[in-house]
Amino acid sequence: MSNSHDTYFIPEPSRWPIVGTLSLFTTFIGGSMFLNGYSSGPYVLALGILAVCYMFFGWFADVIKESMGGNYNKQVDISFRWGMSWFIFSEVMFFAAFFGALFYIRVFSVPWLGGEGAGFVTHMFLWPDFDAVWPLLTTPDMSLANVESSYIAIKDVIPAFDVPLVNTILLLSSGVTITLAHHALKKDHRAPLCWWLAATVLLGFVFVYFQIGEYAHAYHELDLTMKSGVYGSTFFMLTGFHGFHVTMGATMILVILFRSMKGHFSSKDHFAFEGVAWYWHFVDVVWLGLYVFVYWI
Amino acid sequence: MNDAAVHDDHHDHDHKPTGIGRWLFSTNHKDIGTMYLVFSLFMFFVGGAMALVIRAELFQPGMQFVDPQFFNSMTTVHALVMIFGALMPAGVGLANWMIPIMIGAPDMAMPRMNNMSFWILPFAFTLLLSTFFMPGGAPAGGWTMYPPLVLQLGDGFPFLIFAVHFLGISSIMGAINIIATVFNMRAPGMTFMRLPLFVWTWIITAFLLIASMPVLAGAVTMLLTDKFFGTAFFDAAGGGDPLLFQHVFWFFGHPEVYILVLPSFGIISQIIPTFARKPLFGYASMVYATASIAFLSFFVWAHHMFAVGMPLTGELFFMYATMAIAVPTGVKIFNWTATMWKGSMTFETPMLFSIGVLFMFSIGGFSGLMMGITPVDFQYHDTYFIVAHFHYVIVPGIIYGVIAGVYYWLPKWTGVMYDEKLGKLHFWLSTISVNVLFFPMHFIGLAGMPRRIPDYSTQFADWNAIISIGGFVFGLSQLILVWVVIKCARGDGEKATDQVWESAHGLEFTLPSPPPFHSFTTPPVVTDATAHS
Ligand code: HEM
Ligand SMILES: [Cu+2]
Repeated sequence: MSNSHDTYFIPEPSRWPIVGTLSLFTTFIGGSMFLNGYSSGPYVLALGILAVCYMFFGWFADVIKESMGGNYNKQVDISFRWGMSWFIFSEVMFFAAFFGALFYIRVFSVPWLGGEGAGFVTHMFLWPDFDAVWPLLTTPDMSLANVESSYIAIKDVIPAFDVPLVNTILLLSSGVTITLAHHALKKDHRAPLCWWLAATVLLGFVFVYFQIGEYAHAYHELDLTMKSGVYGSTFFMLTGFHGFHVTMGATMILVILFRSMKGHFSSKDHFAFEGVAWYWHFVDVVWLGLYVFVYWI
Repeated sequence: MNDAAVHDDHHDHDHKPTGIGRWLFSTNHKDIGTMYLVFSLFMFFVGGAMALVIRAELFQPGMQFVDPQFFNSMTTVHALVMIFGALMPAGVGLANWMIPIMIGAPDMAMPRMNNMSFWILPFAFTLLLSTFFMPGGAPAGGWTMYPPLVLQLGDGFPFLIFAVHFLGISSIMGAINIIATVFNMRAPGMTFMRLPLFVWTWIITAFLLIASMPVLAGAVTMLLTDKFFGTAFFDAAGGGDPLLFQHVFWFFGHPEVYILVLPSFGIISQIIPTFARKPLFGYASMVYATASIAFLSFFVWAHHMFAVGMPLTGELFFMYATMAIAVPTGVKIFNWTATMWKGSMTFETPMLFSIGVLFMFSIGGFSGLMMGITPVDFQYHDTYFIVAHFHYVIVPGIIYGVIAGVYYWLPKWTGVMYDEKLGKLHFWLSTISVNVLFFPMHFIGLAGMPRRIPDYSTQFADWNAIISIGGFVFGLSQLILVWVVIKCARGDGEKATDQVWESAHGLEFTLPSPPPFHSFTTPPVVTDATAHS
């Protein structure tokens, strides 16, 4: 190995980025075809998603091989840390867009539709019977006599002190278990490391399971759906994207679990573990925001 | 280090991969930077061709060449192509090429991710441009994609949304890479306050990208679900509000204009000191001004919405916040001017283009200030005045900066000096035509000609004819740039020295022209004496 490698690591040319690009491209084409109602759409979409998974698998396999081969030095480690931190920040901003939409709708648009502010005349002429309350069970167009609403009235919303509370406890506990796993790893206690990780994965997936149950309940018994006006829109987009992130996070922890079982990571050197743990805490914090602003107040 | 190791290094690192694989699988910042720049130049002409369709149609009142739907597609896709396909890739391309060299690193921090950031672009634009061949045509509701109009797009709609997502992924990965590179790969002694200003402006740009692109992704995702999954974010009948989209969009959109312009500011901050033969005036204040601009840019978004009927408090807040941005911008303009004050100036092409930025960006800044005054913006909004404003800040403000950078570093990249005569011709033709093209837009805008309209009232006819002539001359003048670049790439010209410019400073001028495949395999040591500032 030449001298310079003590300072810098530069990966060889790699085919994974272009595989990633092509598979995302396929996914987007498939998604578009599907949404436009082409019967082959779902197949192209599925092919694209499979290819994306293949890309992640291959790319990370390379990274793990390099890491296990001792190619990574302190500098690479720090690059990964910056990379992961800023990636999480970008995710925060993605959720911020939806939280922003929620606040705007609750603070401005629904009250304005109900006649508050300078636009009260519009309200008087358009939908005088519309009652602006939150949670918004009926939409403005439902108060019109001879217009058929394009939305579905909600019977009831999910109470905060029910499954969502259980889910809060589950996620918060999973934040504790992953920290315990980290402590175990730092002391090189391999068995507790694996057990705590397994507990975290389990808590994560149980959360998702309950969330799915809650969705089924909302759709079947409460008429709370994506089509239920803006309450349903914000509810499902926020909790849905969050649930998707929990699934991703739990899957990532599962990978870390398998790697721990194979004896990867040392008590000093385990950025993959830490990066995933950061991600998990981020998902946790988003949930707290959701719990407070979507379910509770 | 002993000789053998040095030799080994060279052997290792100058061994370029060959064939198409060199480009497809590249992990090299220079190759990726080159691809970005070539792609950007190509898209510049694609978007430019659309602009010429617009100007041909508007040469006279009445309908001449295209139908209104297609005209609207032209304005919409012209903007999307120019912003996401020409300007942003140009900035990232320059960052790729120059940042590792300027901070004394061998490459970017995450070279594989860098590759993906680039290769997404051609595919994302394939998605976007393929909509021209679909039932319902290409997006025609404006690049701002306001609902409900944009929701009426045909089969192209999901392609538009996913193209934006795809481009966002590319930008975010690129930005993360740049931050990691600068934070982590600086050579010993290259402290933050010794960074060349181009690097500084790019750190701040990268931060803006990471903070704003995900918001755009969120906004277009809501459009997608409104169209296909029955959500009601932007539908008042369901409790939502179409204006919500404008808020979310412009929360991204205003930082985006600074994403575009800050790299250009960085470039001219490198060039002006070189040709004024004086260090940059007020280095630290430049850094702080740039950071303040970036920070403030998150609090001014609703100056794009003064006319939509916001509450008075909102109108006032966004008016004052917009005015506040003029302060740090003024600091920068002052510093560039002060750098030239009593300098021993020469006017090579990069310097000419940089001075062009200084003057003409200021014109755009002033019209921006005018529009930032809420009550008068009711007159300017959605007229050609705003078209004049943003074209002044974008074309001679940003594109000129990029072109200046290309002339400045082209000898470094290729090892060959560009043709100064052609460069000067390019500058003067562009500068005369760009003003013929955009200055009269102020007049017809103030007189009431609306933007995004294929036909107009006859009193605007004379100026529109003149504008179109300016447009065609400007567009054709850009071919000179292509010719200059091709000449250099083919090695047709004088050999460039490592120093390239008599009084150029910075690590990029310590490397040979062209630099080795991996820039610095052993880190140089930077001291106050060798630092660029
Ligand atoms: C830094 C470079 C700048 C760029 C790239 C830029 C770009 C733009 C663009 C693209 C628009 C049009 C948006 C649309 O489609 O409706 C616009 C509008 C506007 N810009 Fe700028 N701008 C810049 C600087 C400024 C500055 C310095 C100011 C004020 C101090 C300013 C104030 C405004 C205002 C108030 C509008 C809204 C006009 C209206 O819609 O009536 N801009 N700008
Ligand atoms: Cu703005």
